[in-house]
Amino acid sequence: MKTIFAKGNRKGHVFNDIDIDQRFLRKELLIPDFCETDVVRHYVSLERMNHGVDNGFYPLGSCTMKYNPKVNEWAASLFASIHPLTKDNRGCLTLMTELSSMLCKITGMAEFTLSPAAGAHGELTGVMILRKHFGDTRSKILIPDSAHGTNPASAALCGFSVVEIKSDARGNIDLSDLKEKMADDVAGLMVTNPNTLGLFDENIMEVTRIVHENGGLVYCDGANMNPLLGRVRPADFGADIIHLNLHKTFSTPHGGGGPGSGPVGVVGSLRKYLPVPRIVEGTFSYDFPDSIGQMRSFWSNFGVLVKAYCYFLALGEDGLYQVSEYSVLNANYLKNRLKKTFHLPFDRPCMHEFVICDEGMPNNVTTNDIAKRLIDFGIHPPTVYFPLIVKGAMMIEPTETESKETLDKFCEVMEQIRRDAEDNPEILKNAPNNAPVRRLDAVKAAREPILREIL
Amino acid sequence: MTPEGLRYTEDHEWVKIDGDIAIIGITDYAQKQLTDIVFVELPEKGKHVTKGTSAGALESVKSVSDILSPMTGEVLETNQDLADNPQLINEDPYGKGWLFKIKISDPAEAETLLDLVAYTDITKEA
Repeated sequence: MKTIFAKGNRKGHVFNDIDIDQRFLRKELLIPDFCETDVVRHYVSLERMNHGVDNGFYPLGSCTMKYNPKVNEWAASLFASIHPLTKDNRGCLTLMTELSSMLCKITGMAEFTLSPAAGAHGELTGVMILRKHFGDTRSKILIPDSAHGTNPASAALCGFSVVEIKSDARGNIDLSDLKEKMADDVAGLMVTNPNTLGLFDENIMEVTRIVHENGGLVYCDGANMNPLLGRVRPADFGADIIHLNLHKTFSTPHGGGGPGSGPVGVVGSLRKYLPVPRIVEGTFSYDFPDSIGQMRSFWSNFGVLVKAYCYFLALGEDGLYQVSEYSVLNANYLKNRLKKTFHLPFDRPCMHEFVICDEGMPNNVTTNDIAKRLIDFGIHPPTVYFPLIVKGAMMIEPTETESKETLDKFCEVMEQIRRDAEDNPEILKNAPNNAPVRRLDAVKAAREPILREIL
Repeated sequence: MTPEGLRYTEDHEWVKIDGDIAIIGITDYAQKQLTDIVFVELPEKGKHVTKGTSAGALESVKSVSDILSPMTGEVLETNQDLADNPQLINEDPYGKGWLFKIKISDPAEAETLLDLVAYTDITKEA
């Protein structure tokens, strides 16, 4: 696949009467030079090859690739010309204050910081708060084996050693393993609920009680907040700290390199550690001696905050309640139909997503083959080979914004793939058959990466 | 082919004990499960490694896995060839794909390691 850059270095235009001293001008600019038409065509052609929620189903588990209302993009654009150092920023501050209290309301937390720029940045903020709270008195953090990979990374960055907690046969945290490992050198537990199997931990109250009883704190990875909206407040099941991914749950597209936003909420006793600046009586304040410090320049990714704010206002409480209802309904609908054709390792009602796997597939057809074949049907593959506790996992999250027709179509495609695995496995092994690029050599790409286009 | 005289862990490492030196690698079963290994992170020479804790990591196309040291000791040498040729672990897990050598601090730990029969049983269950 050749891009515009391989088409030769033609001169598009020349700067003639440029208002800069000749001494400062470079004689040659080492960038490709094309006319506007060619540049537009280059980017439009890349865009056509891309797959997004706007041109197809995107059931990428744990990523909540839902449709994000375009009107919120328009709303964010209204703020595009405001500089962060603008003196009269009352409107922006009001928006931030109100958004924070909305986030408090849905999570049950006492206060939110809007500083963190993404989910993992929120985790880092949360674990820094844990570190500040405990100092060097506690050195370990417990993390279930079904956690997002960013959790142990965040803990390690703050100098904690990570102790893995097993899942039990129903996909919950194994209580006896937790009891055994929860000691007085453990700062806390990082828990994702619902977890990456899409299951709500049936013993969550007991889990958080065990952690609290031993003096630990509970960090909730709120990446999977979509099915809980308006129904469950994480503070009520014992979370002390939570981060939310505004760029998944609250109307900013996930992926594509951002910008994202990962606000962190805490219970009352941890407020003093929140990053500065905090908004106090309508102005930014840095006067918090116990704060972990500043996590982000200026006032975070403000455009993402605007979109979340508009999303809340447009949906209201009833709307959010419907979001969680449909996200859970859609996932269970797909799960119950697909379990007739594919192996479902944890067969119980799920939340917003579920995990099937390639166990029992004929002709050595693997999850990778199924994922690649879905591309031929214009469907983005699910998250594959994650969580690690299910061999050959396919993690499917339809989200609330897909119609029943789309879900049915997806099931038909999956059923077709299952039949082809039996009768025509070659078509799976060779997939994708009609994408712009064919099956990539993932091993070669990792061992001998080519990081620049060779012109 | 599995060579003679190795000891094993439940985490699919093999150990070849020669006096107070142990050579450590991963088993053929482990390399098959990991699939093609693309990156190897080994402990530094001189580092103290503890039995059952992470001494490094293996990255395959599919996942990243810790290398859990099967015994406690000081790292004497690591397999430098793996940096450029991680596939040696896939091609020859018991030979050219060895990972690191340690000076054993507690020879009694060897008693906790599995023999080939016990290890083969584990891989059958999985």
